[in-house]
Amino acid sequence: MSKIIKLTKGFDIQLDGEALRFSGKTELSRNFAIKPTDFKGIIPKLDVAVGDEVSAGDPLFHSKNNEQIKFTSPVSGEVIEIVRGEKRAIMEIIVLSDSKNKFKDFGALDPKSSNREEVVSKLLESGTWPMIRQRPFNKIADPNEKPKSIFISGFDSAPLGADYNFIVENNSDNFQTGIDVLRQLTDGKIHLNLSSRLNNAHAFEDAHGVEITYFDGPHPAGNVGVQIHHLDPVITKKDLVWFVNPQDLIIIGKLFRTGKFDASKLIGLCGTSAKKRIYYEMCIGANVSPILDNNLEDGEVRVISGNVLTGKLMGSNGYLGYYDQMLTCIPEGNHEEFLGWLLPSYERPSISRTFPSFLFPNKKYKVNTNMHGEERAYVVTGEFEKVMPMDILPLQLIKACLSKDIENMEALGIYEVTEEDFALCEFICTSKSPIQEIIGEGLEYIEKEA
Amino acid sequence: MSKLQDMMHRLRPNFQKGGKYEKLQSTFDAIDTFLFVPGHTTHGGTHIRDGIDLKRTMFTVIIAMLPCLLFGIWNVGYQHFRALGIESTLMENVLHGTGVVLPIVAVSYAVGLGIEFIFAQIRGHQVNEGFLVTGMLIPLILPPSIPLWMVAVATAFTVVIGKEVFGGTGMNLLNPALTARVFLFFAYSSYMCGEYLSDGEFLWIDANRKTEAIDGFSGATSLSLLGEGNTPTASMWDMFIGLEPGSIGETSVLAILIGAGILILSGIGSARIIFSVFVGGYIMGMAMNGINASMHLNNAYMAMNPLTHLLIGGFAFGAVFMATDPVTAAQTETGKIYYGLLIGAFTIMLRVWNPAYPEGMMLAILLFNVLSPLIDYFVIENNKKRRLARVK
Repeated sequence: MSKIIKLTKGFDIQLDGEALRFSGKTELSRNFAIKPTDFKGIIPKLDVAVGDEVSAGDPLFHSKNNEQIKFTSPVSGEVIEIVRGEKRAIMEIIVLSDSKNKFKDFGALDPKSSNREEVVSKLLESGTWPMIRQRPFNKIADPNEKPKSIFISGFDSAPLGADYNFIVENNSDNFQTGIDVLRQLTDGKIHLNLSSRLNNAHAFEDAHGVEITYFDGPHPAGNVGVQIHHLDPVITKKDLVWFVNPQDLIIIGKLFRTGKFDASKLIGLCGTSAKKRIYYEMCIGANVSPILDNNLEDGEVRVISGNVLTGKLMGSNGYLGYYDQMLTCIPEGNHEEFLGWLLPSYERPSISRTFPSFLFPNKKYKVNTNMHGEERAYVVTGEFEKVMPMDILPLQLIKACLSKDIENMEALGIYEVTEEDFALCEFICTSKSPIQEIIGEGLEYIEKEA
Repeated sequence: MSKLQDMMHRLRPNFQKGGKYEKLQSTFDAIDTFLFVPGHTTHGGTHIRDGIDLKRTMFTVIIAMLPCLLFGIWNVGYQHFRALGIESTLMENVLHGTGVVLPIVAVSYAVGLGIEFIFAQIRGHQVNEGFLVTGMLIPLILPPSIPLWMVAVATAFTVVIGKEVFGGTGMNLLNPALTARVFLFFAYSSYMCGEYLSDGEFLWIDANRKTEAIDGFSGATSLSLLGEGNTPTASMWDMFIGLEPGSIGETSVLAILIGAGILILSGIGSARIIFSVFVGGYIMGMAMNGINASMHLNNAYMAMNPLTHLLIGGFAFGAVFMATDPVTAAQTETGKIYYGLLIGAFTIMLRVWNPAYPEGMMLAILLFNVLSPLIDYFVIENNKKRRLARVK
């Protein structure tokens, strides 16, 4: 019998607008973009110029600091634009698909009968290596290192989170091959963590070569950081733990079985502002306008690549983030509310028992992007602790980050966390502080200085 | 509603930079955001935010204080007529009490908010809601016959010296309301420590001994009687209900417990602190009983029923409304338990062993306001050690 870890701290933000477990076809996107900004700490060096023809799997750019790490085109076509931002930083490399699906052939490889070098070099060549990330720092893993273990979180506990059980359902073989690939990368365990509250897919339950642990608890139980904390903690900077998303692991599995970098995945479209809320088959970096055209409610809508807590703001003509499994569309909340702090004119989710909502824990809410108050000095204590299912003092760690106190940041657990682990703290914060930003800046600082 | 909204929109440019009344910008902002939660949307971090904000938090505390305020108003009237030896109706009590308490509340808010608005304007930030609570706490812990100028001076002192010099709401080291009280206690000690004033006005009762009160009427509080080695005249039941002279809002333990219920149920006040203060006080009360008995000290104060300690003076009020101030309390959840226990225990020690300062609660809370970072320090160090111990 597998282990069950029960977590009591956390909070499930119950939102209306879930995506149905149904995959739909849509008009194919024509434009695809890989955004270097999706990858923490990566300084891109271009391998293509505008006008170049590429196949799916041809490199678009590589990391300046580690030339081995390549980022490849998800489709075949022509590079039509390189969007630059401030100081000429590369923001997007846009490829116009020729709809021919020409794949670069990387050659199939049985990970079980090959060695670590072969596996690593195939991952690097094909551009699937960036799917493997590490803690501390939540960045792309260093191919020259060996982690003490690798984690796969088999459920997304974030609000309206993608249903991985649905996603992996018919992909048992690819998923298993993905695990076999990971097997070559570490001498330690591969942890597959599932929710004890869901009916888990066979692809998960029957996976070989992994240690399955069940987590029972509210969000952030599905965050890989929380799972690492409870199973194989990252205590010092030298402790390396890698992690991969199940859907990315399927792409890796496909690569080794077919030799092709097939970047298609199932993306859940959710949120009350989206009309046809189902899963759509899309490639990494796809332009989202084909699935959002005529599919959004009236009024101003915020389109988010990812979930409402950690996702990135994206226009309705944006490009799907590299690591995202879902698109969330919710109405903007840019309207004033008369005495809204005292007598809210509509119901809203809250962890606070000053709202009657705590009496109805399963009620689902329609949310918008209003701040519901203004930023204030930090006053209320004891609230972050309610949503932090790790032995970490959240307020004290935040303070250490603010004061750039490296010694305390290390001692209080900065290496165990990343922005997403503090997303709920930010959501519930009475003083409306930008907590994720503080943690992000703390991590950036300590990576540079310590 | 939209008329009001239109009006605020029309007025807004006058109060912004370059407008006619730009010096009143923070005042206008405070009123505007009180009426309308701004249409600000999230940017950068989470895309949605919890419905709670500081206004709602502070307002909940004010609601929790209302039972104390209402009972206090009635009791001020009731004690007044009792001193005069006159039977009075509920209405008469309330009317008289309102006449005494309302000016004190008004002065506290007017002076405090006035200074806050000025500081916010000078510093170019918004008015924080912290003073909404402080402004109500100050009247509740003052004696009813306090001159209004003293209320004004104490409020000004606590807002400027107790809070703004440290950086304003959230930055202060000491509980602002208690800073006001302790300021009066030491600056005007001859006034705040006696039973009545030179002109014969009782301190704790709104009545004059010479011209109004019936002969032989004592206006002493239970706490001051105990300090002088006498037994309190009020029964434990009267103390619980609050039928005794004292500060405006702190006599009724019943009203305070209703407030505690509101704070704990809403999750706004730390139940850990409230409970542990009471537990700490009770344990120390029992310890005093034990020391007294085993050493044959025959000290009446030490021999007092520990429960009485929790009922008299500002103990309950301090435990529920003062010790729980999150800015000045311990900030770690474990630390809050030690913080509460220590406050409870020290209050009893101060009361019993140093009757010159009968109000041990005020001093104990201020002492542990200062020491709370130290309590947190030990909790944090412990956490660090535990985290390191996981290295295999």
